[in-house]
Amino acid sequence: MAVVEVRDLSKRFDGVNAVDGIDLASTDGEFLVLLGPSGCGKTTLLRMIGGLEPPTEGDILIGGRVVTDLPPRARQIAMVFQSYALYPHMTVYNNIAFPLKAAKLPRAEQEKRVQWAAGILGIDGLLQRKPRQLSGGQRQRVALARALVREPTVFLLDEPLSNLDAQRRASARDELQGFQRRVGTTTIYVTHDQVEAMGMGDRIAVMDQGRIRQVGTPHEIYDDPADTFVATFLGSPPMNLVPADGGRELLGFRPEHFVPWKAAMGDEWIRFPYHVHRTEYLGAERLLYGEIGEASAVARFPANADIAVEIGSTSDFAVRRADLKRFHPETGLRLDRPGNGRRA
Amino acid sequence: MTSVAPEHASPSPHDPMTLSPASQAPVWDDAANERERRRARVRKVASRGVLYVTATFFALFAALPFAWMVLTVFKTNTDLYNPNQNPFLYNEPPTLANITYLFENTEYATFVRNTLIVSVLVVIVTLIGAVPAAYSLSRLAGKWGEGLGIAIFLVYLVPPTLLFIPLSRVVAELGIRNTWWAMVVVYPTFTIPFCTWLLMGFFKSIPRDIEEQAMIDGYSRLEAIWRTVLPVSIPGLLTVVVFSFALTMHEFVYALAFVTSSDQKTISIGVTTELIRGDVFFWQSLMAAAALVAIPMALLYNVFLDRFISGFTLGAVKG
Ligand SMILES: Nc1ncnc2c1ncn2[C@@H]1O[C@H](COP(=O)(O)OP(=O)(O)OP(=O)(O)O)[C@@H](O)[C@H]1O
Ligand SMILES: [Mg+2]
Repeated sequence: MAVVEVRDLSKRFDGVNAVDGIDLASTDGEFLVLLGPSGCGKTTLLRMIGGLEPPTEGDILIGGRVVTDLPPRARQIAMVFQSYALYPHMTVYNNIAFPLKAAKLPRAEQEKRVQWAAGILGIDGLLQRKPRQLSGGQRQRVALARALVREPTVFLLDEPLSNLDAQRRASARDELQGFQRRVGTTTIYVTHDQVEAMGMGDRIAVMDQGRIRQVGTPHEIYDDPADTFVATFLGSPPMNLVPADGGRELLGFRPEHFVPWKAAMGDEWIRFPYHVHRTEYLGAERLLYGEIGEASAVARFPANADIAVEIGSTSDFAVRRADLKRFHPETGLRLDRPGNGRRA
Repeated sequence: MTSVAPEHASPSPHDPMTLSPASQAPVWDDAANERERRRARVRKVASRGVLYVTATFFALFAALPFAWMVLTVFKTNTDLYNPNQNPFLYNEPPTLANITYLFENTEYATFVRNTLIVSVLVVIVTLIGAVPAAYSLSRLAGKWGEGLGIAIFLVYLVPPTLLFIPLSRVVAELGIRNTWWAMVVVYPTFTIPFCTWLLMGFFKSIPRDIEEQAMIDGYSRLEAIWRTVLPVSIPGLLTVVVFSFALTMHEFVYALAFVTSSDQKTISIGVTTELIRGDVFFWQSLMAAAALVAIPMALLYNVFLDRFISGFTLGAVKG
């Protein structure tokens, strides 16, 4: 177990800054999620931590030691690739034992550890199979068992669930998190799926264009976004952004905080004239699509809420003052948050 | 004010079952179905027949030279050269004299030995040269790799009749003229380019993840290649082995140009230079020399190679 830290880390690929001066430190044993849109540099950052990609600039520390120039094998890390990268010519047993062979463990010890890891992941019965004889979910578990078997200091996981169908993904999420809690190994988990990030992460680092926009617990990221990128990347539908104060700031609020004026009680509410042009029924909830002035805005209610709104009409809606976030219209940074303007 | 609760659509009146008139309902025509079935059966038998006839034709076509070769080996001179007899039969009792002649009056055993030594050495040199070259071109050279690979392949296309003049200088300088070492040096100049190009394709098809995973799992790059890339590319490596081996077995021009003493010759030039004397062809012994290597080779390729390859490719496909 160890802390992973990167300092001012950059990676340029022929002119493109895939990773652009990132500072980030995990705490010991935490589940840290790297979240961001496709192409924002998550994989590149993870590969640099793993030692598969030499950084253009900056340093990587694992357990307080600088490992920037060390080859992957010297870093005591385990990595699970999106493709699982099982060795196709080896049985499941040999796949899992492969890192132990590298460490030159005695055969009996190898056997014991493979059995232990296979037991934890429930794949004892598959040890003599070849990877191509496994389902996607089973392959994922073999990859995890192989990562687990030599008790690494850090797990690096690159979208390990993206090859599974939606149903399996939910249960795999559950298993993976439970598994990480049990072994307590520091884990860096890459995903572009906000549900995965919110559901599994102790903390989330939101990335965009090679930079980190914000690091925080799922709560902080969702309720207290550092800028408009984070505010609109998380949540579906995303946070509404409405120009105010003569265009000198943007007001942001979540669709679920946007309610008819009549339903607003207590507290301090800010009123908006809301023109609704469409409604969507999604089973558990209902969405209203419309505009406040020129800016589009969405409202969200539980499906059973008794809200009566005429489509095509304009009526008064409101947001609690406490639920309003203020952003700078050009930089997108939060105006009402301590520590804004700095990189997280 | 209308509620935003979703409207429940009333059941659609356009129900195809109730709308289509009864007369248009499909009718189950048993007789027509039976006709269809019979026609399908006939078609199947016919296509089978065509398949077998074609296969038999090509099998015979391919086997005929071998059959002719084997037939000739055991013929006496008077039988072979008499045009009034059926050439496909033994009109005189078969004889082993031609084989005995091959071993007693030429250095056939030496040719075979030389061929094997040269083949094995060429295969080894080719592997040593082509594997690292192909790996680096496919993995490390980036966008230059592709162009370089094609350039290397082009080298292979230069005809040997052009190359053997400069190469004879090289062979002379190395002091290996008139020894089978000349072939060990020269053959890789065209096996390596071709095999490099061939292996590049193989290595490219192997996902990088696998070797990177091996490096994460605690191996150096070399160990990772040795333990993951090479085992997965065994079909490609076997192709290289077969190609280099076969080329050494049949190459003629360079062998003829660089080697003149009998004890250094390979089969392909040995038998043709020693069993064709002036305009006298020792047909039966020539055929014996060819059959003795061709038949074991053919058997080896057919029986073992298929199994070998399928055994190793099992599970090598990704996904
Ligand atoms: N080997 C490479 N050569 C050149 N450019 C690269 C290379 N690898 C990544 N890039 C570029 O760097 C940027 C970041 O890529 P990266 O793979 O890290 O994104 P990602 O966040 O993992 O995206 P995804 O969610 O799609 O996996 C992209 O613009 C990509 O095109
Ligand atoms: Mg990625």
